[in-house]
Parts: sequence; structure tokens; C-alpha cells
Amino acid sequence: MIRNVVIGVLVLAVAGSGFWGYQEHKEKNAILINAENTYQRAFHDLSYQVDILQDKIGNTLAMNSRTSLSPALTDVWRITSEAQNDVGQLPLTLLPFNKTEEFLSNIGDFSYQTAVRDLEKEPLNDKEYARLESLYGQAGEIQKELRKVQYLVIKNNLRWMDVEMALASGKENTDNTIIDGFETVEKTVSGYSESQSGDPTFTSAKQENKNFQNIKGEVISKEEAIKKAKKYAKMTEPIEVKIEENGKGSKYGFYSISLVETKTNNEVDMDLTKKGGYPVWYINNRDIQNSKLDLSTASQKAVQFLKENDFESLDLFESAQYDHVGLFNFVTLQDGVRIYPDSVKIKIALDDGSVLGFSADDFFQSHKKRDIPKATLTAEEAKTKINQKVTIMEERKALIINDLDQEVLCYEFLGTINQDTYRIFINANSGREEKVEKLKNAEPVYENLL
Amino acid sequence: MKGISSKWKGVIATGLAVCCITFSDFHTEAFTSQVIQKGAVGDDVIELQARLQNIGYYHGKIDGVYGWGTYWALRNFQQKFGLPIDGLAGFATKKKLADASNFNAKFVHEQIQKGNEFTYYGGVDIEKQIKPNTNKKNTNTAGKTNTSTKQATKSNQKTNTASNLPAGYSQNDIQLLANAVYGESRGEPYIGQVAVAAVILNRLDSPSFPNTISGVIFEPGAFTAVADGQIWLTPNERAKEAVIDAINGWDPSGNAEYYFNPATATSKWIWTRPQIKQIGKHIFCH
Repeated sequence: MIRNVVIGVLVLAVAGSGFWGYQEHKEKNAILINAENTYQRAFHDLSYQVDILQDKIGNTLAMNSRTSLSPALTDVWRITSEAQNDVGQLPLTLLPFNKTEEFLSNIGDFSYQTAVRDLEKEPLNDKEYARLESLYGQAGEIQKELRKVQYLVIKNNLRWMDVEMALASGKENTDNTIIDGFETVEKTVSGYSESQSGDPTFTSAKQENKNFQNIKGEVISKEEAIKKAKKYAKMTEPIEVKIEENGKGSKYGFYSISLVETKTNNEVDMDLTKKGGYPVWYINNRDIQNSKLDLSTASQKAVQFLKENDFESLDLFESAQYDHVGLFNFVTLQDGVRIYPDSVKIKIALDDGSVLGFSADDFFQSHKKRDIPKATLTAEEAKTKINQKVTIMEERKALIINDLDQEVLCYEFLGTINQDTYRIFINANSGREEKVEKLKNAEPVYENLL
Repeated sequence: MKGISSKWKGVIATGLAVCCITFSDFHTEAFTSQVIQKGAVGDDVIELQARLQNIGYYHGKIDGVYGWGTYWALRNFQQKFGLPIDGLAGFATKKKLADASNFNAKFVHEQIQKGNEFTYYGGVDIEKQIKPNTNKKNTNTAGKTNTSTKQATKSNQKTNTASNLPAGYSQNDIQLLANAVYGESRGEPYIGQVAVAAVILNRLDSPSFPNTISGVIFEPGAFTAVADGQIWLTPNERAKEAVIDAINGWDPSGNAEYYFNPATATSKWIWTRPQIKQIGKHIFCH
């Protein structure tokens, strides 16, 4: 009797867990298929977008008039951005897949820059036309390879989840058509980008300049670097010092220094360039509990720090308070012109006015002696280029980097429309509206709104 | 528990009220001694905005953050009253402003705490300028504010209804970044966390990666914290500070676009990237 009951219970348990397992399995499969479909959609979408991209670039080659060329290039730009979006959804980050995305980005930049230009006044020159042709050729190659992969995926019923699994298990050298296919695509593209490096407009200037080429001075030793670091940190001995050199892959030489004040356990970390020993950044991660100083006193502390450390002619242009920390942004002021790319940021603790952080990355990358060009327009003439609805409140001259990555001299106007404030840059020579930005209003804290 | 907390609430609320009334009674004691500069936050800014609105210079929201709207309002006020036009509320400006305007601190702070929408123009019955917050939860927030004031011991420290944010980023962007940073590097030193945040931002600028924060963070396979769900842990304040530092331009990673933990990295490919430096357990590379 008891035996029968036990058997009955056990049978029920087995059947129950079997049923539960089956449910789980079904659910897992449903989710897997869902994820798989998302990948499939992104992939097929990508190959479709590259198809159209190639067609559209082909069309632009045959066009001559501005009225048709500008919209066509804008369309190319839109399609590249969609294709980039698709690439970002594929599980391929750890595969060398960047070149394809870079290629798309290149086409995007080029088509944007030419589409926004007044092609009536300044039509495509021979070099640009040649470049369009080469982009057309590359798009064709990529299209061919992608179609091949696509064909295999459909024919052999390949699943992206298998790629994921292969990546997750680290067995990348297993035979996997999708991975292999994409590696071919990638090789095709990188082959192109090497041959193009002679053309300076091809690689984005932003990337090229990240090596601090403008800084001057002798290479300093580790001991000198430590001495300099201690000067910035203003700590009392004894201090525990750690110093390391940059890795081999860095584009410039630097020392990473970490100082710990034994008495308080405060830690300061910073990077100094080997050449000249300039501080790239500096962080003191002390905890700040209260505010005793106001922002304006703190900004004077920041100015004082800059003076002590030989940063000359810097102009405070932005300040903000985050809890008990004041953040200040300075830019170079040369002959009354604000040089926006030269920016130095400083964090001041509002409890004792000490320097908590310092970032001069942008400054050292762009700072150099500049010959500021003469403005051919007067401020009054520039003002006429501004929308009538804007009430102008402030004006000055400024040097900025525009959409085309060029440094241009501008008149900067601060103006308002109703409650919003705008910063408007008008090119001081061409009168072009280089940049219009709506300045940020404070954002409500949503927790209080609920 | 509830009884105690509501009792405390009562005590603190009356305390605040008394404190506010004493403040509003004496005109000369308006404002603290600070020079209020653009970018400042806090009670002085609330008072500044309310006073400027009272005499019709400021038309924005009284939110305790000295933004552009407040700046232009103050400059217009300075111009009209023959003060140096610098947008700084120093001694002379504050005195002129306090003499020219009324400030009912109790009323203003009460509205802010209740989360009501309100204005504070002179010559209009103040009770008519309130649009009450219809959401019933507002008693909760008031309670929260009170407990935080209790901790801060200074009255009204946390009554701001808005906050300063780096240009181009919303609070939710920062929260998302903080989640990613916390999930990826909560055991790392502070600069390691700033560096992780900086890598995400460097990817935004890079042509090889998506162009949105969510695109970069949720790119399949990009971050292990996303793959294993650790991104949904609640980040601490430290992670958020690290994110704000990174957004404001601190980059301890040396412009890296990748990082990995050599002990757990499964991909062979990642070792082929040019390495810049190591912070904590992470190696940062181009």
C-alpha cells in the first residue's frame, strides 16, 4: 500500500518536473528565436542598405546639377547612418569589424560635407569626384561580400546565436561561415583604407591629433615627474608614490603617477606627459561633505591655481556647482579672441577650496601659438546674419572648430528667444552661420515631480 | 515607525517654518553672504529667482539653479538699477534687490517642497499663482526631503527641484552611463571607473561605434555587464560622480576605445589591440 503511494508520488514528481522542464525549454527557445530574429533583421537590413547605398552613390556620379546632387548626397548620408545602426546591432564587437563601420562613417562624413555645401558656387572638384568614384567601388566590393554571406546564411540556415556561442566559448577558430564571411568583408575594407591614407581629408582630423604634437620641452625622468606630481598634489609627507610608464600602444609618452598621503589616506592620480612633463589630467578622489565656499570664491581659487602653474591668459567661460564641487571651464584668450578648442577644466572642493581635479587634455592637444586671422566683417555686419527673432545680449570674437573640422574665426553672439538662450557663431569672414546651439536649461529632478 | 516619522516630520516642519519666518521678517538678513555666480545652486538662488520674479525681471521657473534665464534677468536688473552689469549677485546687488522686492521664504519653500507649479509675481495674490501638484505621492517626497534635511542639519539643503547637468546629457543618460560603469567596474578604483565611463564616451566620438549612448552600451557583446545583466544593479553615487567627471572631460584611459580584464578575457583578438595602460584590473587599449 505504502509502496504504491510512494510510487504514485514519484511518478507524479517525475511527470511534473518533466512538464516543467518542457515549459522552460519552450520558453527558452521562444526567447532564443526572438533574439535570433533581431540579429537576422539587422543583418539582412544591413545588406539591403549597402545595396541601396551603392546604387545611390552610383547615381550621384552621373549627376551634375546642384538641385539633384544635394538631395542625392543627403540621401546617401541618411542611408549610411541606417547601415551603421544595423552594424551596431550585430554581435560582432569583438570581431575586427570596425573597418566596415569606419568606412560607412567616411561615406557619411563626405556626403554630409558635400551635401550641405552650396554646390552652385563651389561644385565638386576633380579630387572629390575621384573620391566619390572610389567610394562607389568600395561599396560595390562590400556589397558583393555581404551578399555572399547573406546567400550562405539563407541557404544553410545559419544562426547568429551560433556566432554568439562561438564567441562566448572562445572557440573563434571553429569553422563558422558567418564569422569567416565577415572577416573577408573586413579585409576588403581595410585594404582600401590603407591605400587612401595619403589623402588628408580621408581620416578624420579628430583622431590624428590625439598625440600632443604641439607641446614643447625636454623628456623628463621618472624622478622629475614625481617631483612635479607632488607639486600639483600639495600633500604633506610621508607620501606613498607609484609611477608607471605608458603602454606600448599609446600615441604619446606619459607617466601615470599615484600619490597616497599616508596620514589621511587621500589619493591623487595623474598622468604627466614625458615630453615637458605637462599634466594631462589629475584627480583627487577625496569625499566632500559640505560647502563652505561659494562658487565665485572657488573660481578665484581656480584662477590662482592656473597662475601658479603657468597657464597664461585663460578666460573663465563656464561654471557650475555639482553638490559640493565647483566645476570651471577655462579657454585661452588671445588678442581678445576666445580660443574654444583650448579648454582647461578645474574642479574645486567647496569645503576648503582645494583643487580636486584638473583636465587639460583638450588644451595640450590644440594649444599652439596662433596667428589669428583678420576679420573682414564687422560685428554689426555679422549681426545682420542672425535670425531677427533673437534678442542679442552679448557678443565677442571666438575661434571654433566647425562642422568641417576647420578652425574658423567667428563672432559669437549670446541671445535669447523667450526663455531659451542661444549661442550663435557667425563666420567673421564669410558670414556663414557656423554653429547655433541652444544652451542647456536646468533639468527638473524627476524624483520630486512624481 | 510611521508614527515616529510623522511626529518628526511635524517637529521639523514647524522648525523650518519658524526658521523661514524669522528670515523673511528681516529684510537685511536676506541672502547669505555668498556672491552668487552663474552655475550656483541652493537657497540663495531660490531667493534670487523669487525676488527677481517678484519685480518682474525673471519669468522662468523658481528651481534653485542659476541658469541662463536667471543670468539675463539679473543683468537686466543691474542695468536698470545702475549697478555694474556682471551677472554676479554680490553685496551691492543683493542689497538693492532685497530693498526693491519682497520675498516670502515660507511660501516659496513650501511650494517647492510640495512640488507645486507656482510663480511669485508681485501685485498678484500669491495663492492664485499656485498650480498644485495633483499627484498624490507628493506627501512622500516632502517626507523624504525632511529626512534628508534632518541628516544635513542645515535647513532646506535639498529643496532644489532641478540640477546642473553637463551640456548635451540628460539625467537619464547619466543614470544609464552610471549603471553601465557600476556594472562593469564597481570593484575598481575611482579613476578606473572614470576611465570606463571615458571609454564609452570615446566610442561615441569614434567612427567605428554607434553614435548614441544606448547604442554603445547595448551593442551586443560590447560589455559583459550588459550580457550578464549586472548593468541593472543600482549604481552608487560614486559611479555617477565618475560619469559626470568623464563627461566633463576627464579621461584617465588615455583616449582608449577598449578595455579588458586580462584574467577573464576570452577573446584572443582583444590582445592584439595596442595597449595604453592598466588601471586596477583593466587594461585599456586603442
